[in-house]
This record gives sequence, structure tokens and C-alpha cells, in this order.
Amino acid sequence: MSQVESWLRQSWNHDVVWSLRHSPTAIIAVFSTLICVGGALFAPWIAPHNPFDSASLSLSDGFTPPSWTQAGNTTYLLGTDDQGRDILSTIMYGARISLAVGVAAVLFSLVLGVGLGLVAGYVGGRLDAFIMRVADIQLSFPAILIALLIDGVARVVLPREAHDDIAIYVLTVAIGVSGWVQYARTVRGATLVERHKEYVQAARVIGRSSAAIMLRHVLPNVMGPVLVLATIHIATAIIAEATLSYLGVGVPPTRPSLGTLIRVGNDFLLSGEWWIAVFPGIALVVLILSVNLLGDWLRDALNPKLR
Amino acid sequence: MRVEKIGRDFDVSRPWLNRVLEREPRRSLCAVNEVSFSIRKGETLALVGESGCGKSTVARMIVGLHTPSRGRIVFDGADLADPQSAPLRRRMQMIFQDPYASLNPRWRVRAIVAEPIVAHGLVRDQARLAARVSELLAQVGLVAEDGDKFPHEFSGGQRQRISIARALSANPEFLVCDEPTSALDVSVQAQILNLMKDLQTRLGLTYLFISHNLAVVAHIATRVGVMYLGSLVEIADAKQLFERPRHPYTRMLIDAIPDLQMTGKARTPVAGEVPNPLAPPSGCAFHPRCPHADGRCRSERPELITQEPGSAVACQAIGRRVGLDHSSL
Repeated sequence: MSQVESWLRQSWNHDVVWSLRHSPTAIIAVFSTLICVGGALFAPWIAPHNPFDSASLSLSDGFTPPSWTQAGNTTYLLGTDDQGRDILSTIMYGARISLAVGVAAVLFSLVLGVGLGLVAGYVGGRLDAFIMRVADIQLSFPAILIALLIDGVARVVLPREAHDDIAIYVLTVAIGVSGWVQYARTVRGATLVERHKEYVQAARVIGRSSAAIMLRHVLPNVMGPVLVLATIHIATAIIAEATLSYLGVGVPPTRPSLGTLIRVGNDFLLSGEWWIAVFPGIALVVLILSVNLLGDWLRDALNPKLR
Repeated sequence: MRVEKIGRDFDVSRPWLNRVLEREPRRSLCAVNEVSFSIRKGETLALVGESGCGKSTVARMIVGLHTPSRGRIVFDGADLADPQSAPLRRRMQMIFQDPYASLNPRWRVRAIVAEPIVAHGLVRDQARLAARVSELLAQVGLVAEDGDKFPHEFSGGQRQRISIARALSANPEFLVCDEPTSALDVSVQAQILNLMKDLQTRLGLTYLFISHNLAVVAHIATRVGVMYLGSLVEIADAKQLFERPRHPYTRMLIDAIPDLQMTGKARTPVAGEVPNPLAPPSGCAFHPRCPHADGRCRSERPELITQEPGSAVACQAIGRRVGLDHSSL
């Protein structure tokens, strides 16, 4: 028991937790992120309705406005869409897909980009030139076009009946591959600076292998900007996912993401049913804002020079 | 430890596209040219010279950060270019010039000091590793609790102590010190130098000490090598070199030392500038600045000639000046 207690006390006084306790912005960001992520993760258990269970839907409930308006219904807190689906529940289920695709795509870009950037910057020479020329070529195309290309190739190569099941993975890889260049460039630039510092040469004199120097010495010193880049990239990736879904190459329409919900609601915005687009929009803004604030705070907290 | 005629060229050509477009040939810079010396166990050889004379390049070649373009480096009877001699690298470590850049800012001091031990797998047990790190920190005048801190929490002198602790942690016999005090305050320099001298006597270390500060060299060195534009021009015992410098360049350097005894002796500032190493002068590299230069100096490269055991000088004028009283010059 005392062991658990001492561990708790230790982590309570840990540098990162300490800086969290002393930053109100960070606390707000953490809470709103937790609410968004929690709502998305536990949607099947805490959502008031299951919007994808067609048996429980009735079209007569369609276009119910939010509960606090005159025509509102307390069963549907934020109202319903054209098919009578509860907006709050679709937001929770939609955020699940948006977050999953966004985070997975960013992780994919991150590993690919940081790895290639680190090797290019540290090894240098022809390998560096080759990797950076590939990056330059990719950068001359819009990211969404690259994602579309990868998605199109995957559709041709993979069997037709598997499309709906693997669409989400193809989407993740497509968005991931379209985003690695930023990471590679940032990391390569920082690696070129770090490589000539004396602590890297000291590690070479000590007899460390190149791989160990790259991973244990250079990587921690180049990850700061990457972390901030990644949090902003989560927002970009969620938007990219929404764009692709809008173009009909994203997730299947039976399982809409947050972006798809906004797009669908857009059709009703001018005819007075504003809540269908506005609430998913607010959810997206809150999600992205809190993730970004969290990233900024994390950058400062992880930098030992600012402690 | 023996260095035999090592040399190092650097490719300073412009990028490939510029060379093709502007029809320029490849250019290379000879940073170090046929430098030979040996260091006996337990002594301190100091290499001195102006900026850009190649002394740091020699240090980097010895510890393996650069591979020599020519010549070979022999340590304890084994050629270091031989891949089988890799285990010997543990026995030589390096202390760097800038204590603000030579410690990884994101590592705790404990991990920094322990790195050579971990890299060579010397101590596997965690408790014994921690004890060894504490012992090393105490050895350089820090306390064990300092191991939990980050490098930025220390002053320059303390950081250089950490750097020394790291260099010592793999039980080396030979330390290459690349201007270890030049980035420090004068008041701290003496502390670090005394620590290094103290560690040398206690642990039986051998030092190669790179410096441009003759006062520091006079304090720590047993032998001194003077470098000029990539070549060794004079090597002698420290006492002899400071009392009876023979090469005109060495004399020029020693005459420029500020005189703290206030004897009223006039300081002679070092005259002239170091020539461009891309287009070195013909013959003796020092002839444009040398008061004794003649036609032979302009055409012929002097060899390093041993006149008395343990000292050698590369100057043709020495032969001509035989019989000349040194103190009159």
C-alpha cells in the first residue's frame, strides 16, 4: 500500500505533472480533450441512442430541433437529422472514427517521416539527396491528391468485396503517406545541426553505434518541434479524412465521421435546420483546439531548459 | 602511443553543379601534413599553434573522429586503422572544448557519466553502476546528488568536470584534451588544470593536450609540440622549449606571452598572418613571416631533424645559426 502511495506522490511531483498543475490553460485543454476522447471512445455505452440501429429510428422524429427550443424534444438533446438520428449520438460515434483515422494517420506519418529524416540528416551524402528529392517531388503535389492516388491504387489492387472493411485502413495509410514530408524535413534540419554538436562526437568517441547515437542522442533533441507539428497535424488529418469522405473515397456512408456529418448538415443549413451542421462543427473545433493547446503545453513541459 | 606521418585532406570543392558549370576542378585542403610524434606513458604532450594550424584535426584523427588520409596511428603496438584494434578505443577518451555543447542537454548527468560504461558493457549490475557513477562524480569534485540534475543546471567549470568524469568512466589510459579550458573563465581554468594534473598522478593517465594558450601549456605539459600550418615545426621538453626555443616561430609565440612579473621586458607581438592553407607558401611554410628566411627556405621544405634526444626542429636556418647565441636572438 505504501508503495502505491509513494509512487503516487512521486508522479504527482514529477516535472510534467508539476507543470500541468501550474498551467490553467493546460488543465482546461486536458479536460476538454478527455471529454472529447472519452465521449468518442465510450460512445457505444454512454451515447443516448444508437444512430446506426435502423430498427430504433423513426423518420417521423426527423428534423427535431434541439431540446431547449419550442419544438424540441428532451429525448434528443441536440435534435435529430433528416433520418431521425440523434445528433449527440452521431457526433460521439463520428468523433470515434475521425479521431481513430486522424491519430493513426499522424502516427504513420510520424514514424515514416522521423525515421527517414533522421537517417537522411545523420548519414548524409547520396542517401540524404535521394530521400529529400523524393520529398521535394511529393511536396509539389497537393497532399489530398497524393491521398486520392493511394486510395485509387488500393481500390484497383484490392478485391472489391473487401473495400468497405478495409476502407478505413487504406484511408489512414493514404493520409499518413501524404504527410510524412513535413516531419522528414523538420527532423533532417534539426539532425544536421545536432550531428555536429560535440555531444554527438563524444558519443562516437565513446564507441556508440550510429543507430544508438541516432535513437538515444539525436532523436530526443529533435522531437520537440515534431511533437507540436504532430498535434497540429492531427487536425489536418481529420480535415483530410473529412475531405476524402466527402469525395466518396473515405469511410463508407453508413458509418459517418465528424467531417461527413458537417458536410451532410451543410445541405440543411440554409433551410433552417442549422443544428445538424453546427453541433458537429462545434465538436470538431473544440476537439482540435484542445488537442493543439495540449501539444503546446507538452512542448514546453518536455523542454528541460524551460523548467 | 605513436603517430607516424599522418596527414589529412579535406574536400572543400564547391557543389558538383557549380563545378561543372564554372569548370572548376576539385579542391582539397591539406589540414595536417606528415605529422609524427610519440607520447610515452604517463606524460603530457601539448600541441600548440594558432587557429587553423591543424592541432584539433590531429586530436580528432587520434580518437577516430576523422580517418587519416595518410600515415598511421599506433597505440600500444597496434595500428588503430586495423578493425581488430576496436577494443583499444575504450582505453582512449576525449575531453572536448565546449562544455556547453559536449553534454547532451536532455540526459541526466548520471546517464551521461555512465554512458561509456554502458556502451562497453563494463558493469551490468544497476546498483554497482550507480555506485561507480557516484565515485566518479566525487573524483572530479562533484557530489553524488548532482547525478540527478540536467547539464544546464551547472556552470561551465562544473560541466567540464562532468565531461572529465565521463571520459574517466571507462577506465582509459590515454586522454585527448581538445582545448579543455579555453571556454572557461580564467579563475576556473586553474581549478580544472589542477584537477587534471591531480587525476594524472593518481590514475597514471597519459594526456595529449591541445591548446593555443602557452601559459596553460607551461603549467601542464611535460613535452610540447608546436604546429604551424599543418606541420609540426618543433617538439621538445616543456622546460627546454620555454627556456631555449629554437624554431623562429616558437620564439615568436613565446615572445608574445604577457609578462606577469612586470620586469618591463617589451612584448613582441606576433607579426604577420597565417597564410591561406588552400595555397600554402612554397618551401618552408613559415618563410613569409620568418626573420631568417633565405632562398633555400623559399624552395625547400625543411625536415624535422632531431639534434638532441627528445627534441626535434624543422628549420634550415638552425644549421646556419650554429654558434649563434640563442639569448641574443
